[in-house]
Amino acid sequence: MIKEIAEELDQDDDQQGMYLTFELANEYYGLWVGYVTEIIGILPFTEVPELPAYVRGIFNLRGRIIPLMDMRLRFQKKFVKYDERSCVIVIDVAENTVGLIVDSVSEVITFSEADIIEQPMLSSGVSNQFVKSIGKVGNEVKLLLDCDKLLSNHEIETIINEKDEGYVDEMVL
Amino acid sequence: MTKNFENEPMMEVYIFETTQNLEQLEQVIICSEKNGGFSPDDVSEIFRFMHTIKGSSAMMLFNNIEKAAHAVEDIFYFIREQKPEGLDFSAVSDLVLECVDFIKAEIYKITNKNEADGDPTKLLDSFNLFLNELRRIFGEEDPQSRGQPQKQQYYIPQEKKQGPPADEDRLNKETGDGSCYQVIIQYEDDCTMENIRAYTLVFGLAELVEEIYYLPADIAENHDTAAYIRENGFEIYFKTELGYEEIKAHFENVIYVEQLLFREIEDERLDPFRRSQNRGQPRETFVLSEQESSKPANPSPAFSEDTQKNNPSAAQKMISVNVDKLDNLMNLVGELMITESMVTQCPEVEMIQSENFHKASIELHKITVELQDMVMAIRMVPLSTTFVKMNRIVRDMCKKLNREVVLDLSGEETEVDKNIIEHISDPLMHIIRNAIDHGIESEDERLAMGKEKAGHILLEAKNVGSDVLIVIKDDGRGLNKARILEKARQNDLLTKPEEEMSDREIYKLILLPGFSTKESITEFSGRGVGMDVVTKNLEEVGGTVLVDSEMNRGTTITLKIPLTLAIVEGMNIRVGKSRYTIPITTISESFRPDQQDCLMDPDNNEMVMIRGQCFPILRLHQHYHIKNAETDLTKGILIMVEQEEKVVCVFADELLGQQQVVVKSLPNYVNSMKKILGLAGCTLLPDGSISLIMDISGLTGLRVQ
Repeated sequence: MIKEIAEELDQDDDQQGMYLTFELANEYYGLWVGYVTEIIGILPFTEVPELPAYVRGIFNLRGRIIPLMDMRLRFQKKFVKYDERSCVIVIDVAENTVGLIVDSVSEVITFSEADIIEQPMLSSGVSNQFVKSIGKVGNEVKLLLDCDKLLSNHEIETIINEKDEGYVDEMVL
Repeated sequence: MTKNFENEPMMEVYIFETTQNLEQLEQVIICSEKNGGFSPDDVSEIFRFMHTIKGSSAMMLFNNIEKAAHAVEDIFYFIREQKPEGLDFSAVSDLVLECVDFIKAEIYKITNKNEADGDPTKLLDSFNLFLNELRRIFGEEDPQSRGQPQKQQYYIPQEKKQGPPADEDRLNKETGDGSCYQVIIQYEDDCTMENIRAYTLVFGLAELVEEIYYLPADIAENHDTAAYIRENGFEIYFKTELGYEEIKAHFENVIYVEQLLFREIEDERLDPFRRSQNRGQPRETFVLSEQESSKPANPSPAFSEDTQKNNPSAAQKMISVNVDKLDNLMNLVGELMITESMVTQCPEVEMIQSENFHKASIELHKITVELQDMVMAIRMVPLSTTFVKMNRIVRDMCKKLNREVVLDLSGEETEVDKNIIEHISDPLMHIIRNAIDHGIESEDERLAMGKEKAGHILLEAKNVGSDVLIVIKDDGRGLNKARILEKARQNDLLTKPEEEMSDREIYKLILLPGFSTKESITEFSGRGVGMDVVTKNLEEVGGTVLVDSEMNRGTTITLKIPLTLAIVEGMNIRVGKSRYTIPITTISESFRPDQQDCLMDPDNNEMVMIRGQCFPILRLHQHYHIKNAETDLTKGILIMVEQEEKVVCVFADELLGQQQVVVKSLPNYVNSMKKILGLAGCTLLPDGSISLIMDISGLTGLRVQ
């Protein structure tokens, strides 16, 4: 599965409108493929103290040290143990390389311009602020993420101390 | 002027080369100013630098830079040809340095992708004025011929790396061993750019021959010569010690050659060329190599060659490589080392009962280690370039403040990691400025104190263990403790009672931002910015600053910087599942305490008593909220670490062993999020996992306060 998607990523030069979709707590999200550099399984990682809980730590990707962000925690959803379907999507955004842990990756979808709707500002939920627009595929919708916002640190101060509070229990690989 | 930066690689090279040329040019000027005049070698060198800058600037369409460079060239052309006696050297230096500054500013703009829009008109005017003045005073034999010969002639000193015997060679040459040859080359019809090909050929030959002359002469500048060569062939006359076959072989490798006439000739055939050149008249031949310095009319031969050789920053065999590539290379080598140990330490592989295999794996290990050392060595750069830059600062300040200060350099060959060098250039500049402005007294004061008229500043670098010490020592008036304290009180900079402060701590106050004891603000210092840059920059590279001073005897500022940021000898420790690395230089001892030695003060701060002394304990698991870690002091281990005279005992689960680790910085994303106190970076352990490197000064500060 991963392999196929990776091949697809390589093949297409014209990446406009191409989004890599992944699943997270029964919802589908999309990342513009231009940001995605690779998709890997979950590797052992090292915890780094004093960081917000959603930054699980750092891991070694062929000599590069890359921070690992749990997307469920980032969107303040319930933590679940990683399984064989869990994946790390490595993205490159403005000099930052970050690995995003997701429940599973699904496919690369090409949206035509008409299928992408700017997000109506309805609520200000945590995951909402990261959604830039919505992509339609038939009857389904994918939430297309704003990578810059995803990596911005505005709300860090509030989350930073929650690590001890046990809502992240026993995180085992 | 171009707004188009599509040609990035070319631009990069241009910026790099021009900056380098400017730096060297500056050195030559300052050096010759010290020697009291321009030697012919200096003049030609300056000429050469300016010519290169002019040429490349013209190519990149930076006309203002080109004009400025051209103006300098004009002056030095005049000096070279007329050899005016009693020239005002310092005025020339001032002008040239002004021009250098102008070009530097332009280059800076270009680097930042701004338009190089500086206006050189004023500069050019002063140059013209000066040149006219020169012409008026020293006269010119043949004003009409100016400009023309200048275009045709261009002198390239041949930097033979030979050393002393060169003089002897030159003497012998007149009597001549070695034989003379004439070569006529006819290029293939459609090869085009004949003049450039010829030029490349001549340039390559320069290494092999003693003398070389060729026709037509102005191939480098004049593109019409291409046609001439196409018609008549390109003639080279040269003299060499190499044998007939050897030298002929050189020509046979030249491409696009249709016909090659190669014959030995009598030495006398070269004479006409020699004569035309010795006269110093507009000549037809293009001159390469050492002839210039053997001219009898050399006004001051004393300082030509020695100054050259003593300058370690001068021409070395170098290539320049993008630092990013080196970083990549280092990452790869680090990865290779890890993979190597993963392979050889794999249990299945260890079972293999083959002597050959084990020999090979030992060999593999040796080579990877050597490779790593080599990569590290590549990143090491001598401090000399940074040090010699200070000459300029001293010179400028002396002129402005009307003081005489001698800058002595020592140990400038000491090598430091490239990244570190970038961080210490600014601090050095500020310290030296301060030393001259605040430290060194005026001449009268000095004489009254019974000191030498000229102030001395010693800039010294030396290796001490895994650190490099850079010492900046002046013989000025020293720091005034009372004044510093008073000023600190006024600005509310004191953090502890005055009477508890050691001398060093008091002196260190001068490094705080916003601190200046100087009453008036001068152009150079007094605003209270500057010295804090020193601390800030050094902290970034993990260095420290020590200030010592003696009233009326001078001030010594010592910068202690690590040899490299890239490698640390570290002790790996485990806390829970996490691993940390403590730089071994900071560890004084490690021990497992007895229950009765562990104390608790009323604020619940834990202490441990060793040999009658109490030290604070820092529980890493508590501090970093690490789960599943040992909490019983008597079951784990305490590691006593010391930095900047502060001591703390770090509590960990166990020691894992000592190892050289390659320091990597934490990812950008993590750094931008939060500065984690006590962490300096991270490293890869042989098993591929990551260990966090501790920053002990961060830790000690944390617990002691």
